Amino acid sequence: MSTPTTVSAADTVSNAAATPDRVQPFGALGLKEDEYLKIREILGRRPTSGELAMYSVMWSEHCSYKSSKVYLRQFGDKVSEKMKKNLMVGMGENAGVVDIGDGWAVTFKIESHNHPSYIEPFQGAATGVGGIVRDIISMGARPVAVMDALRFGAIDDPDTARVVHGVVAGISFYGNCLGLPNIGGETWFDSVYQANPLVNALAVGVLRHEDLHLANARGVGNKVVLFGARTGGDGIGGASILASDSFSAGGPTKRPAVQVGDPFAEKVLIECCLELFRDKLVEGIQDLGAAGISCATSELASNGDGGMFIELEKVLLRDPTLTAEEILMSESQERMMAIVTPEKLEGFLAVTAKWDVETSVLGEVTDTGRLVINWHGEEIVNVEPRTVAVDGPVYNRPVAYPAWIDALQADSTAMLPRASTPDELRAQAVALLGSPNLASKDWITNQYDRYVMGNTALSFPDDGGMVRVDEETGLGFAVATDANGRFSQLDPYRGAQLALAEAFRNVAVTGATPVAVSDCLNFGSPENPEVMWQFSRAVEGLSDGCLELEIPVTGGNVSFYNQTGDVPIHPTPVVAVLGVIDDVANRIPSGWQDEGNNIYLLGITRDELDGSAWSDVLHHHLGGVPPVVDFAGEQRLAGLITAGSEQNIIASAHDLSEGGLIQAVSESVLRFGVGARVWVSEIMQRDGVDATAALFSESTGRAIVSVPREDDVRFVGLCEGRGYPVLRIGVTDSGGALEVQDQFTLTIDELRDTHRGTLPEHFGPVVGY
Amino acid sequence: MRIGVITFPGSLDDRDAQRAVRLAGAEPVALWHGEHDLRGVDAIVLPGGFSYGDYLRCGAIASFSPIMAEVIDAANSGMPVLGICNGFQMLTEAHLLPGGLIRNELGSFICRDQKLRVENVNTAWTNQFEAGAEITIPLKNGEGGFIADAETIARLEGEGQVAFRYLEVNPNGSINDIAGISNARGNIVGLMPHPEHATEEGFGPDTAAAMRSGVDGLTFFTSAIHALISA
Repeated sequence: MSTPTTVSAADTVSNAAATPDRVQPFGALGLKEDEYLKIREILGRRPTSGELAMYSVMWSEHCSYKSSKVYLRQFGDKVSEKMKKNLMVGMGENAGVVDIGDGWAVTFKIESHNHPSYIEPFQGAATGVGGIVRDIISMGARPVAVMDALRFGAIDDPDTARVVHGVVAGISFYGNCLGLPNIGGETWFDSVYQANPLVNALAVGVLRHEDLHLANARGVGNKVVLFGARTGGDGIGGASILASDSFSAGGPTKRPAVQVGDPFAEKVLIECCLELFRDKLVEGIQDLGAAGISCATSELASNGDGGMFIELEKVLLRDPTLTAEEILMSESQERMMAIVTPEKLEGFLAVTAKWDVETSVLGEVTDTGRLVINWHGEEIVNVEPRTVAVDGPVYNRPVAYPAWIDALQADSTAMLPRASTPDELRAQAVALLGSPNLASKDWITNQYDRYVMGNTALSFPDDGGMVRVDEETGLGFAVATDANGRFSQLDPYRGAQLALAEAFRNVAVTGATPVAVSDCLNFGSPENPEVMWQFSRAVEGLSDGCLELEIPVTGGNVSFYNQTGDVPIHPTPVVAVLGVIDDVANRIPSGWQDEGNNIYLLGITRDELDGSAWSDVLHHHLGGVPPVVDFAGEQRLAGLITAGSEQNIIASAHDLSEGGLIQAVSESVLRFGVGARVWVSEIMQRDGVDATAALFSESTGRAIVSVPREDDVRFVGLCEGRGYPVLRIGVTDSGGALEVQDQFTLTIDELRDTHRGTLPEHFGPVVGY
Repeated sequence: MRIGVITFPGSLDDRDAQRAVRLAGAEPVALWHGEHDLRGVDAIVLPGGFSYGDYLRCGAIASFSPIMAEVIDAANSGMPVLGICNGFQMLTEAHLLPGGLIRNELGSFICRDQKLRVENVNTAWTNQFEAGAEITIPLKNGEGGFIADAETIARLEGEGQVAFRYLEVNPNGSINDIAGISNARGNIVGLMPHPEHATEEGFGPDTAAAMRSGVDGLTFFTSAIHALISA
């Protein structure tokens, strides 16, 4: 029985050759005129409408990295031997893969889904999770954790609640239903993200070395198989139209370009793929994300033998009225494309049938060097695949030093009034603790499953998430994401380095050793020369920092056009750092568990309040120069904490960053409800700073650790042996309060109410508060 | 002792339930929803997750999976059966337990370390608890509000079939703070919290002693083993 459908007449290759003058809507598809002319030159004729669809999505900013490519090369160029040593797969594949020992490897990547998440927050965020998870699967790995770096508009703007509710519910819906623990991430509120929230989703997968899979189509005669969800009309042009353009007021609604997610389909797809990998039924595999079938076919062919023949009418459809061009461009979710040898096809189909995953054989690998796509027997695409997938346009966009930045840097916090009494300091500490960016994110994280899979060793609110990989040995990984758009606005080079330093430190304080980086670079329009300057400086800063720390960037994503009208967001390079720990039993939490432990501050405090939370919350000020970064110092700090974790002499460790010492100390109290008495007089004396700087400065290279009394001598010896500045600044106690000696006292209840109250006040209640 | 854990399409905590069985000292046996085969197991766990994506109603489609015919027969002849979260929803959909589960009172998914009181220690899955024991078990679901008609609630309360009650906080609006129930015979137990996530030190809920050290869930599985040995 066949379903009667009307086949849309497609523009064929011979028709294109015969009608060279037909006017084509390249502009509506997001192509510039010179790009369109280049396509005509490559083909030696006008493109068919199908070819035009393919080129338009694959040459979009989102897929081709045409504005960023010339800069991103630095991540590959600035590498030492040490950085290459454990890197199994670097940039350019679906996700980077790092050898973590004992035959295990970890793959991870962070990617943006910013624009869809503003238009349709629930589906935009949900499919952001779905997309990054499929990147992980396509490497041959089992996804084992997710986290998100989120940036929303001002917490009290009426539209923020709409976006927050949608995004968080979308991540919760999709991630929980996939059975992946959500182990961390970060959330910021700032009016610069008002009409352009950032939703950056990260996923981590684990695999045995021998299970590594790559996206290439090799072996003439091997079958090209599409499996998973059916192809529908959702997400058409998502990459070219949504992700590669700015929102303009009064423009047409772009909702049809947002994909719709079905996490159940993806969960089944994960299990199905892992069974296919286990039984060695797959030669090459690629997920379908941005640009859908256009991307998968052209990339698989480019990375393999170069030729592929596809019969497009064999694609299973949700909507039989879709045209060939729509099928090529659709970004329907939960689909994968595999290359399968003819002998293994039967076994492949048996596995997909077991999981009720719909499958269709679309075509095969050829030796023609051409990607040929037929539609009901007529040739509608005939291109050299590399011209679509690899050799897209590359732009050296104009770069201009922003004239305003000198004035911004000159406007430092030195002029701002400082607290002159203990009461004022106390009020400032409370204001910071309850400010949206420093307040508890329980309202969000309580909606995420952190337990599923049974391997979560650390999750929010600890500094990094940690997951056990090997149940026998306890081998595991830790991961953290960080970014500070305010610092990057002041100085994008240093802002990117500060994000790297903080993520590095956040991993280090869990007891893990940082080994790799993934980044999601969120910027305004690349057509704005000042934005390109910010971008170039951020990439330079990040790549220089990675070289100094000797940890490679293994992959990531660039998101441009994050602006509303002419106003770009603060440059927001989000950096994810992955670390390895030999045994997760040695992990270190971020808070105090026992009374009577000594509290030590590691590192030096400088008077660094420019760009700080203190300047933001108390003075609504942004200006000056961000804190100094010392990567050699960060490495020594990390080495010290790792050694302490291995010797089991550190009970807790918490990095100092936004909000400074007082914020870190307050969070350490709140983690398990254990109070403390601390003093800042010795910090002030040793480092020559006042109480405001001691409490609120955001100097880098610092952490607070708590140490059981019996391990005191060994700990101090460890610090001295490694030449790292250490100062005893307090002791944990059972007093039910945080006392800052000679300054002020805050009860745990007051700390908790302040910290927990802010998000529920704006977004609704949390169970149990 | 062999305890089967059934995997449905969309099951999520199936491997975790298998690990819990192993940690309790029994042999976990993976069972597939599409087969009419219990592989000779002595007890059955219906694990948590989003079987069939929670489409139609949570657990509704899975309760008609082929293997459920065998599960219903075995349960009716006294085999210990534990339904966790989505598994509890399946047991109500299959009419092995009364009542139903609806959307949480606040509307959103909730994940928290939940205090419970063990109300009935005469079931296959609770016999190793002290009567009235207060335990902490992770809770994570979107549709955990237990409801039933007044007559059913009265019967459950009257017959001691309320196995667990939420303590301190009722997280989802369940009637009478009911977190889990059993059948009259006590071999079938269903609850919304996840005991399999409180079975291994280092990966469970926080306790006063140390973070992530809660293992109260292990007793569910040792209880089943005990019930089988003494049967």
